[in-house]
Amino acid sequence: MAISEKSVVDAEQLAIEEINKAGGVLGKQIEAVVEDGNSDWPTFAEKAKKLIDQDKVATVFGCWTSASRKAVLPVFESKKHLLWYPVQYEGQECSNNIFYTGAAPNQQIEPSVEWLLKNKGKEFYLVGSDYVFPRTANTIIKAQLEALQGKTVGEDYIPLGNTEVKPVVDKIRQALPNGGVIYNSLNGDSNVAFFKELQASGLTPDKYPSMSVSIAEEEVKAIGVEYLKGHFAAWNYFQTVETPASKKFVEAFKAKYGNDRVVNDPMEAAYIMVYLWKQAVEKAGNADDLDKVKMAAYGQTFDAPEGKVTLNSNHHLSKYVRIGEVRDDGLFNIVFETNEAVKPIPWNQFVAETKGYSCDWSDPAKGGRFKTT
Amino acid sequence: MIASHEFDLEVTLLSGILNSVFSGISIGSVLLLAALGLAIVFGLMGVINMAHGELMMIGAYTTFMVQNAFKPLGSPWFDLYIFVALIAAFVVAALFGLVLERGVIRYLYGRPLETLLATWGVSLILQQLVRSVSWQLVIGLMVFCALFFGAMFILSRRPNFEQIRGWVMAIMLPLSAAIALITGNILGQVYKLAVTKPWFGAQNVDVTAPRWLRGGLSIAGTQLSYARIFIIVLTIACIIAVYWFLNQTPWGLRIRAVTQNRNMSACLGIPTQKVDAIAFALGSGLAGLAGCAVSLLGSVGPNTGQNYIVDTFMVVVVGGVGKLVGSIIAALAIGTLNYLIGSNILVDTFAAIPPVSEFFKFFSTISMAKVMVFALIIAFLQVRPAGLFPQKGRTVDA
Repeated sequence: MAISEKSVVDAEQLAIEEINKAGGVLGKQIEAVVEDGNSDWPTFAEKAKKLIDQDKVATVFGCWTSASRKAVLPVFESKKHLLWYPVQYEGQECSNNIFYTGAAPNQQIEPSVEWLLKNKGKEFYLVGSDYVFPRTANTIIKAQLEALQGKTVGEDYIPLGNTEVKPVVDKIRQALPNGGVIYNSLNGDSNVAFFKELQASGLTPDKYPSMSVSIAEEEVKAIGVEYLKGHFAAWNYFQTVETPASKKFVEAFKAKYGNDRVVNDPMEAAYIMVYLWKQAVEKAGNADDLDKVKMAAYGQTFDAPEGKVTLNSNHHLSKYVRIGEVRDDGLFNIVFETNEAVKPIPWNQFVAETKGYSCDWSDPAKGGRFKTT
Repeated sequence: MIASHEFDLEVTLLSGILNSVFSGISIGSVLLLAALGLAIVFGLMGVINMAHGELMMIGAYTTFMVQNAFKPLGSPWFDLYIFVALIAAFVVAALFGLVLERGVIRYLYGRPLETLLATWGVSLILQQLVRSVSWQLVIGLMVFCALFFGAMFILSRRPNFEQIRGWVMAIMLPLSAAIALITGNILGQVYKLAVTKPWFGAQNVDVTAPRWLRGGLSIAGTQLSYARIFIIVLTIACIIAVYWFLNQTPWGLRIRAVTQNRNMSACLGIPTQKVDAIAFALGSGLAGLAGCAVSLLGSVGPNTGQNYIVDTFMVVVVGGVGKLVGSIIAALAIGTLNYLIGSNILVDTFAAIPPVSEFFKFFSTISMAKVMVFALIIAFLQVRPAGLFPQKGRTVDA
């Protein structure tokens, strides 16, 4: 959504500026061509075509919602170009022409559902925006809950941008009269209305804890801490992560864009993907031969703010998984984190249609979707 | 035991009905408040104002600024900021509306298609304005306006102004623009972030209701949100005020007269241009009020207005263009319908008849409820194309 896309560009430009200051890539400076997709899916596809055909860019960093990625996917596949996508998403995709540096479901959704089952309750109400990510994510969650003896008591979808959420909140109270877990995959403006309504209807986080997958530091600021305090979010990176790389990243970002800005998970993923591209290009010795760049990218590691990440041959990153609770200052108190990076599984193993499938682009015989068992 | 069980059942039933009525009215009153300004601008004046949502957005941003101004004052004052914000939102949105009417719309009366396109353009400009407004932009714009309009004003006193007009435009326009651009750039380079940083940015901003408007009132096992009660009261107050203004004041009389017959009113000495400006400013101010109110429920961002624009037109069209009472009833009906379909109530009511309850279950998500409401509206407009309360008389043809 427009409310968050801009800051991802800011993070990418920070990385580009840092790389250029340190001497660039293969002795050349990176030149950024910025295009605005305007939160409009066809515009994304149009701009992607323009970047590839007219501007002849070396690679593209971008997109925000899954719908925008799905819109540009055919462009990148038909033109055999390369997109870097920085946002957590629903998985069930593994294109040879996209590197996914945000979380796959097993690096965000699945561990958070497990954590909720263990710590918060067995009955889940699923609320999401009405587009591809929440619907796919909820399919995964329902399959997972069934496998792990949890229960889905209800499911609801709100059109993007809709802010009248009272019926949903009433239905949640009806379905969970004694409290329960709300799994929230709303995106954008509806979140604000949803949390304001939750509070006004007396559904407090101690009885109705919610887990969100699209609310990070920036969104907390925009929604208001008063409404979100005590609710949970699952990400790979929070501004409160205390690694040296994280501190450096936060300081550099605030120095460039102002002290009141915050960083979040998609911004971190956007920041590291520029560096991963640089490393791959340097190893390949050439930025234009994309097949060589892709081959060189597999196995690249980077000391990211979230910890050391590795780019796998299934085009996804091994990442750390964290769960945070919103605290008074609008940042997250990290209540859970994995000891090591979790390997990405793009094809979901709880969903019947994709169970047993895997992806490996380093071996042309295997490709985007092959059966392992 | 049996008696207490029956009592429980009664309480549940009561709370169900109470909750449905309250929810229907509260959703309807949000719709109505948002549509009230449009009912005047579109309904009475016939201006298809696509920027109506953006005037709401301006009201919401004004609320945000008032809130920030009150934050340092601490507890007793901060709790009252919403009343100041309501007034400020009305005034600021009315001023924007006035500029919009004087600058754009007055040239387009009687040309609905052009008005539609022009106001849609204005809505895009306003959205982009709140995204990128910064000191640099404001100072640049002020320099441009001062130079350009100042020069026009001074030169317009020359007797041969009409002859040199084209030349003045051709020289002053690029000249003022260039000076403004250079000023902006110099400012940006000297003060850096302090002037180039956007005031609001593309991100949504956070409007927090005062403490007494958060939470809700518990009655009979259900909770009525204070913010929604506040909006219902505000909506009622606005309706009364609008009716009083239109029916009891001289300017209200003139507005109604111009609505009914513009030419005749002009002949009788009513300053129609002034009437247009006042009516449009009033409609815009009401949009600002609505923006302030919905910021208690929803998000405040550049897209806030777009979330409401379709609903507001829907209310006015269903109610019947030109009749305020139509908008009121339409808003309540649509609100109640939305709630009844979107929540599980109809499913439970018809639980005894499985095919009917299955049918309602299918439509009982917010997305599908919207589909059904629109389908019903389309069906309704087939039967009554002019809405609930069609205008009667000769003005229809005008």
